[in-house]
Amino acid sequence: MKWDKRLVAVTSGLTGGLALAATPAWAGLGELNLPYGVTSIAHMNYDLNMLVLWITIFIGIIVFGAMGYSMYHHRKSQGATAAQFHHNTTIEIVWTVIPLLILVGMAIAATRGLVLMYDTDNADMDIKVTGYQWQWRYDYLGEGVSFYSKLDEQSNQARELGSSLQPERVDNYLRNVDKPLVVPINTKIRFLITAEDVIHAWWVPEFGWKMDAIPGFVNKAWAKIEQPGVYRGQCAELCGRDHAFMPIVVIAKTPEEYKKWLAEEKKRQGAAEGAEQAAAEPSPAVDVAQTQS
Amino acid sequence: MSAVDHAEAHHHDGPEPGLLRWVFTTNHKDIGTLYLLFSLLMFFVGGAMALIIRAELFQPGMQLVDPYFFNEMTTLHGLVMIFGAIMPGFVGLANWQVPMMLGAPDMALPRLNNWSFWLLPFAFTLLLSTLFMPGGGPAGGWTMYPPLMLETGQAFPFVIFAVHLMGMSSILGAINIIATIFNMRAPGLTLMMMPMFVWTWLITAFLLIAAMPVLAGAVTMLLTDQYFGTHFFNAAGGGDPVMYQHIFWFFGHPEVYIMILPAFGIISQIIPTFARKPLFGYASMVYATASIAFLSFIVWAHHMFTVGMPLAGELFFMYATMLIAVPTGVKVFNWVATMWQGAMTFETPMLFALAFVILFSIGGFSGLMLAIASVDFQYQDGYFVVAHFHYVLVTGAAFAIIAAAYYWLPKWTGNMYDEQLGKLHFWLSLVSVNVLYFPQHFVGLAGMPRRIPDYAVQFTEWNMVSTVGAFVFGFSQLIFAWIVIKAIRGGVKAEGRSWEGAHGMEWELPSPAPYHSFQTPPDISKVMASGDAHS
Repeated sequence: MKWDKRLVAVTSGLTGGLALAATPAWAGLGELNLPYGVTSIAHMNYDLNMLVLWITIFIGIIVFGAMGYSMYHHRKSQGATAAQFHHNTTIEIVWTVIPLLILVGMAIAATRGLVLMYDTDNADMDIKVTGYQWQWRYDYLGEGVSFYSKLDEQSNQARELGSSLQPERVDNYLRNVDKPLVVPINTKIRFLITAEDVIHAWWVPEFGWKMDAIPGFVNKAWAKIEQPGVYRGQCAELCGRDHAFMPIVVIAKTPEEYKKWLAEEKKRQGAAEGAEQAAAEPSPAVDVAQTQS
Repeated sequence: MSAVDHAEAHHHDGPEPGLLRWVFTTNHKDIGTLYLLFSLLMFFVGGAMALIIRAELFQPGMQLVDPYFFNEMTTLHGLVMIFGAIMPGFVGLANWQVPMMLGAPDMALPRLNNWSFWLLPFAFTLLLSTLFMPGGGPAGGWTMYPPLMLETGQAFPFVIFAVHLMGMSSILGAINIIATIFNMRAPGLTLMMMPMFVWTWLITAFLLIAAMPVLAGAVTMLLTDQYFGTHFFNAAGGGDPVMYQHIFWFFGHPEVYIMILPAFGIISQIIPTFARKPLFGYASMVYATASIAFLSFIVWAHHMFTVGMPLAGELFFMYATMLIAVPTGVKVFNWVATMWQGAMTFETPMLFALAFVILFSIGGFSGLMLAIASVDFQYQDGYFVVAHFHYVLVTGAAFAIIAAAYYWLPKWTGNMYDEQLGKLHFWLSLVSVNVLYFPQHFVGLAGMPRRIPDYAVQFTEWNMVSTVGAFVFGFSQLIFAWIVIKAIRGGVKAEGRSWEGAHGMEWELPSPAPYHSFQTPPDISKVMASGDAHS
């Protein structure tokens, strides 16, 4: 039996070693858990996650504790003799009813959470999100602004099989796009989510949810972002070969800065559309533009 | 012309000589062996695919395979492990054990039994051959969601037919098990005296009969959408892609319990044996199993909390899902109470059974977290889910099959397996499986989606750890294969009652068990008197 114990020592040493080897991952403890996030939904989901986690840890300590006690004290090698009881109605009722009560408590908290998530009414603005293989399209409804957003060029090079560009050298590898979504903070934004080809899912963990983008259907979700910043995510539903390569980047700005950005974007897109139309039917204006440049 | 005479001549003898024995056999032990060996083979095939997946995920960037091939691997890994390794593993155990545990000579429908096994090699040859077809194999995930699944190339109909064959095999196997349990019990053996393994399999067999035709329907609709102009799942034609998910998971959730209820049965056999104490709460175990089976039919949409269901739907499926924790908890508490004040020894089957109780519970805990619908909008389709279902399927279902193999190998082969190697296999598996799956909780919570061949650099460290665990775990299973081969070839002779605390009718037979288990029904009252049946 000594042989066993040595094996346990060696293997547990090995695990400890592995845990140490992985130390860099501990540098940010936040990366072991859900982000606390920047919306009320994200905070609520974080809190629910922690509540249920602690409940399960508590139950785990009791159950595994009892098991451990039994495995230590009720060993044949320690001279234990087996009792022969095989049921006890009282205790069986107790360990059916107590978990049930705990579940009822959890269900109440969880129901409140869902109701909050589903409250998509009274939004200040609407953004339509459309999934494509393999990029996103964003439409600012009522503003006439829309654009596609796909994996940035550097990541796209580095992700090729046998690429000489190392992922570590790329800024936000696989979490960067050519044109990010820009939104205002402190504004209730309703996202209308759909897809053109296959099912995708739009997921920014800092917002606290993901939502499937399904062709032919429009799903609703909302976010009211509390702080300016850059929030990154990616497609979460298998959508074909390049599923891993359709990231999401959201830049949240103050409402003033957002308005400025939106105005510029309108001007730019208007100009681009004008140019497109112009290109479609050659006119003197094009010649002028060309000679000027 | 002499076929009848031939069969007559061998009726009461041992197996036919030669390899054809395995093709024509109608013997429950031969077919059980075929199932178990097939399951082991598929365990290694699916495992090799998993190692390709883990090798690519060792570090960010694409190093080894094309993303499409990666998707083929995740898809086939799922299908092979579920339909090729876990389910045939349990059916093999049922074939070997159910007749012996009931005091019967064989299964009720022996020819059907042969057919239900021999469908499987064809099904999997078909499935795996798709890897070599133009356009590649299926790459839409084992769940085969349309519209993505409809982008599969020429492999598409072959995958559908392979799934049909697997389903047929499962249904035939289930019919046989039900017929055996209802008709072949030794006189005096009532349902509430049956061993838990038989009980859990009886309930599982009903789940199979209810669930597998639903899967067949779902994939047939995919087939007609692809080739016959129907629009079941095509929104542009008035169909609904989400309807596929509802139908699929109406099969898929009972399927989850098809893969865990027999494991509950196995653990309920092993723990009493090595605690030398009767199973605690036998009746509540039966009722808990039946409740889980019932609930398994009304929780399917918790796999699709993020498809945009109405609030009322979300709430219903969340409450129903949370309820499953109650009967599952009862089972775990009963196992702990069985151990309590026993006289335990820790042979390999017991070690795997104890690891099952702890690690399956961890999978159950993450399951409870996943049941909370609003937080599931974070967990869904991430590595947290991957960690969860590998805890319940690998350290749950697969550990239970391994435990059962160690437990009954002496009965099957007549030889004790090598206990030292068994313990080595256990400890290596226990440590590596946690190194493999536990970190996946972390990357999942931190935002890593599942089914991706490449990831952002912040997930690197834990993926490296996970990959190291995967390779150690994978190669440790070769030890298991070697132990099985060694036990078949020889070793210390096993007694009829191979374990000191073992009770039940299979232990009344000599080891190895005779070719036709009970030629005459055993006297149940005598078995009862020796404490072998449940009260």
